[in-house]
Amino acid sequence: MPTFQLKINGKSQTVEVDNDTPLLWVLRDHVELVGTKFGCGIGQCGACTVHVDGVATRSCLLQVSDMTGKEITTIEGLSEYGTHPVQEAWKDIDVPQCGYCQAGQIMTASALLESNPSPNETEIRNAMSGNICRCASYNSIEKAVQVAATKLS
Amino acid sequence: MEPSTKIHFSRRNFLKTSALASGGLLVGFNLFTACKPNVEPPVDISKLNFNDFNAFIKISDEGKVTIFSPNPEIGQGVKTSMPMLIAEELDVPWSDVHVEQGVLDTANYTRQVAGGSQSLRFGWEPLRQTGATARQMLVNAAATRWGVDPSECSASQGVITNGKGEKLGYGDVVVEAAALEVPENVKLKDPKDFTIIGQEISNVDIDEIITGKPLFGLDYKQEGMQFVSVLRPPAFGQTLVSFDDSNARTVNGVTDVLQFGNKVAVLATSTWAAMKGKKALTANWQQEGTAESTEMHDELLLGLLNGTAFETLRKDGDVKKAFAEADQVLERTYESPFLPHNCMEPMNFFANVTDSKIELVGPIQTPAGTAARIAQMLERDESEVSLEMTRMGGGFGRRLYGDFAMEAAEVSNLARKPVKVIFSREDDMAAGIYRPAIKYKIAASIKDGKLTGYHLKEAAINSNMYGLIPNFFPAGALENYQVDAANYRSNITTGAWRAPYTNFLASAEQSFFDELAELMEVDRIKLHLNLLQNVKGTTDERIQYDPSRLEGVIHKVVEKSNWGKVPEEVYQGFAVYYCHNTHVAEVADIVLDNGTPVVKKITCVVDCGIVVNPLGANNQVVGGVIDGIGHSMYGELTFKDGVPQSNNFNTYQLIRMDQTPQVDVHFIESDIAPTGLGEPTLPPVGGAVANAIYKATGKRLYKQPYMKNLDVKSVIG
Repeated sequence: MPTFQLKINGKSQTVEVDNDTPLLWVLRDHVELVGTKFGCGIGQCGACTVHVDGVATRSCLLQVSDMTGKEITTIEGLSEYGTHPVQEAWKDIDVPQCGYCQAGQIMTASALLESNPSPNETEIRNAMSGNICRCASYNSIEKAVQVAATKLS
Repeated sequence: MEPSTKIHFSRRNFLKTSALASGGLLVGFNLFTACKPNVEPPVDISKLNFNDFNAFIKISDEGKVTIFSPNPEIGQGVKTSMPMLIAEELDVPWSDVHVEQGVLDTANYTRQVAGGSQSLRFGWEPLRQTGATARQMLVNAAATRWGVDPSECSASQGVITNGKGEKLGYGDVVVEAAALEVPENVKLKDPKDFTIIGQEISNVDIDEIITGKPLFGLDYKQEGMQFVSVLRPPAFGQTLVSFDDSNARTVNGVTDVLQFGNKVAVLATSTWAAMKGKKALTANWQQEGTAESTEMHDELLLGLLNGTAFETLRKDGDVKKAFAEADQVLERTYESPFLPHNCMEPMNFFANVTDSKIELVGPIQTPAGTAARIAQMLERDESEVSLEMTRMGGGFGRRLYGDFAMEAAEVSNLARKPVKVIFSREDDMAAGIYRPAIKYKIAASIKDGKLTGYHLKEAAINSNMYGLIPNFFPAGALENYQVDAANYRSNITTGAWRAPYTNFLASAEQSFFDELAELMEVDRIKLHLNLLQNVKGTTDERIQYDPSRLEGVIHKVVEKSNWGKVPEEVYQGFAVYYCHNTHVAEVADIVLDNGTPVVKKITCVVDCGIVVNPLGANNQVVGGVIDGIGHSMYGELTFKDGVPQSNNFNTYQLIRMDQTPQVDVHFIESDIAPTGLGEPTLPPVGGAVANAIYKATGKRLYKQPYMKNLDVKSVIG
């Protein structure tokens, strides 16, 4: 099996996997970063969202062979102690119900605020609509993104 | 007619058994130090050395408390709210509490089930008793140490004080306390003295969730564990004839391929390899049962509704006579599709079956039942089975059924290796245990301007309606009332789905009442209030709801939604319902965007008795409402030749943020024992939305999903 040098959360990692292995499963099964979740495998639900070179991306659709030289950030690397403003806002609002989709939601929200530090309601709703929350915590997510934007400004 | 009085607890047994676990566990205790009660809180409570007090409580020398939450956590918040009940009566500061998920332990815990919105209702008294009993034992131990009578001591916030003002922390006396006789008849707090119940307490797993720590079944791993992907029949009613695994076995990482029953398991060293291995299998299937389709179901169910093959579940008076004598009769048919659960975390389970034990770990709503079924399947003694519950990425009823855990146990038993069965999304949606397709025919008779009869007929795939439901509103309000049910036995697996039995019934009935009020030319709010008057003072013990509490939520929702006083571009729809022991009223505000209805806001008033954790309660109410809107507007699983026609989120629509209204939540202030919130706000919302859409468009909606069955173009035209 081929080996790949990946840069995940600022650390260099070597993995030995097939070329076509999705980044999602490399993270979950090979480098023990299980915060990134499996939801659909076809880029429809957003549970597996990570940042690739700062852009929110569905890791289930990324082949490991395309990942060398990219800066990959997962929920575990968003902040050292869970103190990223988006994480703090999620805590302030107590967003999660089951919590399964929330890592993906947080990764999408943090990338949104990186590119647009003060999004309006429509921009938040549009940006977050790629992430499904089956518990329907959408009202709280929306509020938490606003709180995070305030924290960042 | 307070529903909670209908529960009977065996308090004495509960406490005795829950405290028994302490005895043997004190051996080996070696770190007893006389810490002062005002010790600085450590950074991480979970890292302290704790002394077992009983099955629910451990207390460290420093007085920090670990509380085991007995019931499975599916997102309904019981891992936070159930320990709150214990901590309240134990009387410790919540900041000193660390919560852990209890394992399956039928000797010490009762009803370790997540289902039916019943955890807090059933836990309310026993869990507080557990905390209060422990507190009394700590007081007794301190009193003995001081040589005074316990009545001279008091305990508060983890500190016991005697008449002289001397103090001992709970941690100072926990070892002695745990060895004491368990007192009976301990006094519970007056609700006005609550310091934790009623406070906004954050989800106890919040830090782990927002930092991506392993919590869920899918995150669980053991050394040497094989990842398993299972090939199941593609259509309901099919059996496996043969399969070819030669290509699958060449996939890197695939370690074995095993047939079990009608299925084929691919074992591998990673999830991706297992999934690839499964794709590389070829199999021949034979259709043995009927290859069913949605068209066939529609025809069969409508045939049942128009036929006579009903079981009568409740009959008051004579509906036939009332209909024959009526001035007017309104009869309408309401239709709903199959629904998959679509938990965000696909089904999965870990099993390690060895000669000496069966180890099970994973997300399951029914740990005890599942462990027992697995023991039976493998012909092993139940005492050999251990089961650890992980946090669940949603349940919604799907994880009541341990089919996935049984698969894992069966594969591990064959392979004699630790395994984890992992469903892909396609597996999860196509091998579901669905909310069945249900149709209702509802008829009402009007005589001299009054409602004289009500006849509800249900036709469902497999089964839906059960004994208690016919005693929900409007049962008891009409002299002539009848509920009948009929089923078609299908080979498609069906079961409980969030707010089982009523998740569509409430929509149907509340749409019907809206139309009925219009026909009778009475205000729809008033129609309900008038009917509720008839139920007050009833001696019919079968009636499940409290008419006064339904009245209460109706009045409040009228006030809070500005019912009838909104701008003319806003159209409002009303619904009220009782289920899962909770009373709910909802008003939907919709607007038309180029003729398409857009739900802007839902006002939701809930009477669930005492609100244990307002933060968690609000989350449940809002989630239930939005979930209900999503499924009534968009949710549908159809079948063709026995095959589900959707198997992932590109062909199945779940509600997303840009389709979500704001939900304005109000609770009725109450000192009545709490009831559940995971389900009861979901059923009525479909009715509220349908009634609002009718106001906006003039079109009555009789079939879900509404957006598919609403001819939007005709509305625009």
